[in-house]
Amino acid sequence: MRDVEAQRERAAAARRARRLRPARSDDLGLRRGVAGKLLPFLVAAMAFLASLALAGAIAAAGFSREWQQGPAAALTIQVPDPSAKATDAPQSRLDRVVALLRGSPGIAHVRALSHAEIQKLLQPWLGSGATDGLALPAVVAVRERDGGPALGVITAELRAAAPGTLVDSHGDWTRRIATLAHSIQALAWAMLALVMGVATAVVAIATRAGLVQRRDAVLLVHGLGATDGDIARRFAARATRLAFLGGLGGVVAALPVLGLLAALAAPIAGGIADPTAWMPTLPRGLWLGLAAIPVVCAGIGFATAQVTVRAWLRPLP
Amino acid sequence: MGMSAVVVRLEAVALEVGAQRVLRDISLAIPRGGFRWLLGPSGAGKTSLLRLLHLEARPSEGRMELLGRDIGAAPRAALPQLRRRIGMVFQDFRLLPHLSAFDNVALPLRLAGRPEGQVQADVGEMLAWVGLRARTHCHPAELSGGEQQRVAIARAVINRPDLLLADEPTGNLDDTQAQRLMLLLRELSRLGTTIVVATHNDVIVARHPAPALRLATGRLVSADA
Repeated sequence: MRDVEAQRERAAAARRARRLRPARSDDLGLRRGVAGKLLPFLVAAMAFLASLALAGAIAAAGFSREWQQGPAAALTIQVPDPSAKATDAPQSRLDRVVALLRGSPGIAHVRALSHAEIQKLLQPWLGSGATDGLALPAVVAVRERDGGPALGVITAELRAAAPGTLVDSHGDWTRRIATLAHSIQALAWAMLALVMGVATAVVAIATRAGLVQRRDAVLLVHGLGATDGDIARRFAARATRLAFLGGLGGVVAALPVLGLLAALAAPIAGGIADPTAWMPTLPRGLWLGLAAIPVVCAGIGFATAQVTVRAWLRPLP
Repeated sequence: MGMSAVVVRLEAVALEVGAQRVLRDISLAIPRGGFRWLLGPSGAGKTSLLRLLHLEARPSEGRMELLGRDIGAAPRAALPQLRRRIGMVFQDFRLLPHLSAFDNVALPLRLAGRPEGQVQADVGEMLAWVGLRARTHCHPAELSGGEQQRVAIARAVINRPDLLLADEPTGNLDDTQAQRLMLLLRELSRLGTTIVVATHNDVIVARHPAPALRLATGRLVSADA
């Protein structure tokens, strides 16, 4: 009789329980804690810096690519009076120059610009139609092969075949720009790594403070048979959430700054900034990177809390 | 009684805390369902022995077998599972101050991953049994010493442990409550729980005769069979 009653009561309690919030009770009192309140702000500061570093890295990579592969990186060779006969072969001067360049092992790519292209190049300086009737030199765009022999040797040959040929090398200049861009990029990655290191330290310190603050509760739960994993999971869940929120906050705070920088950099980077857009125009890679920052923060929070808690529990029997 | 029926077996066990040797050369065996008083003056090592049996420390020397496991040889990862089969009533209760009486008692069930419906039913029943149904949602700070002690007892037995350890469990209880507790312990013992109760309370020991382990300066001076 009593069994039936108890069973009925148990069933009723089970129904009540289903209506209640599931047993995610805050056993360790993790929701009350000063370290916890500070953590999102510290992580937000780190995420803010990480956003800027990431933008720097991606922008530097963009510049570097632009300068090394864009038209600016090409070597240009001017051949005056292109259709006259070459001195050392029965070809026109232009054809001879192109042939010599094609035969050189240090040259990756050779292309003679068309008349229309040359006009387009000159247009900003001379205006449209101004080149009509001018005796324009031919222009050959050349890309050097990395590590190929120096251009000096072939320059002499070109001058012999078509006297008056001008070799306009941007090589040094491009290399310097590329080195600068690479340095900025390396610096930005180093800063990103540093920021992640600091974020890890911040989470570790906050977790340790939390453990010390709840020492009695942790020891009691340990004594009741909680595994290291049980305890670490609780701390890690909270650290993950707080770090994610902090990361999100930091990225959101960085957006206006990045938008401003992007607008300033637009003329140099060759892009267009729309000042009326409410979202800044940023490279797609940067958007992806920014979206990843809160996730990375959450990952750092989770992993650091797990490692810290497990290390703290290890000396216990 | 076969070997497997021995729940606690200590052979020449010593325990050092820091440089101090708090227990030395302890040998004893308690069968399943056995009840033992743990007696001795303050500082004799009663609490240390309970800590050892609660797996809060491993023996520094000797061999300890608990619930069929050789504790010295057991990997650390095996201990939580054993602890869940051991109930402990601490002298200072050790209730979590930020949790209600209900949630304190529910802790062992929730750690064991019991469904919440069962937790609700079992804890409600247990709190009613220790006479705290009306205090279910009170926090420890709102409870009297006796009430806190009863919450601590409820938490220790809620999981039907195979081994129940209690350190001065009647210290804050009035006579009636102490009697009720002894009845509970007797009942658990009859159902197969092995029980060790440390106490200074001579009256209650006299009223409930049972084999005793007597400690003095860290040594077992007598152990009734």
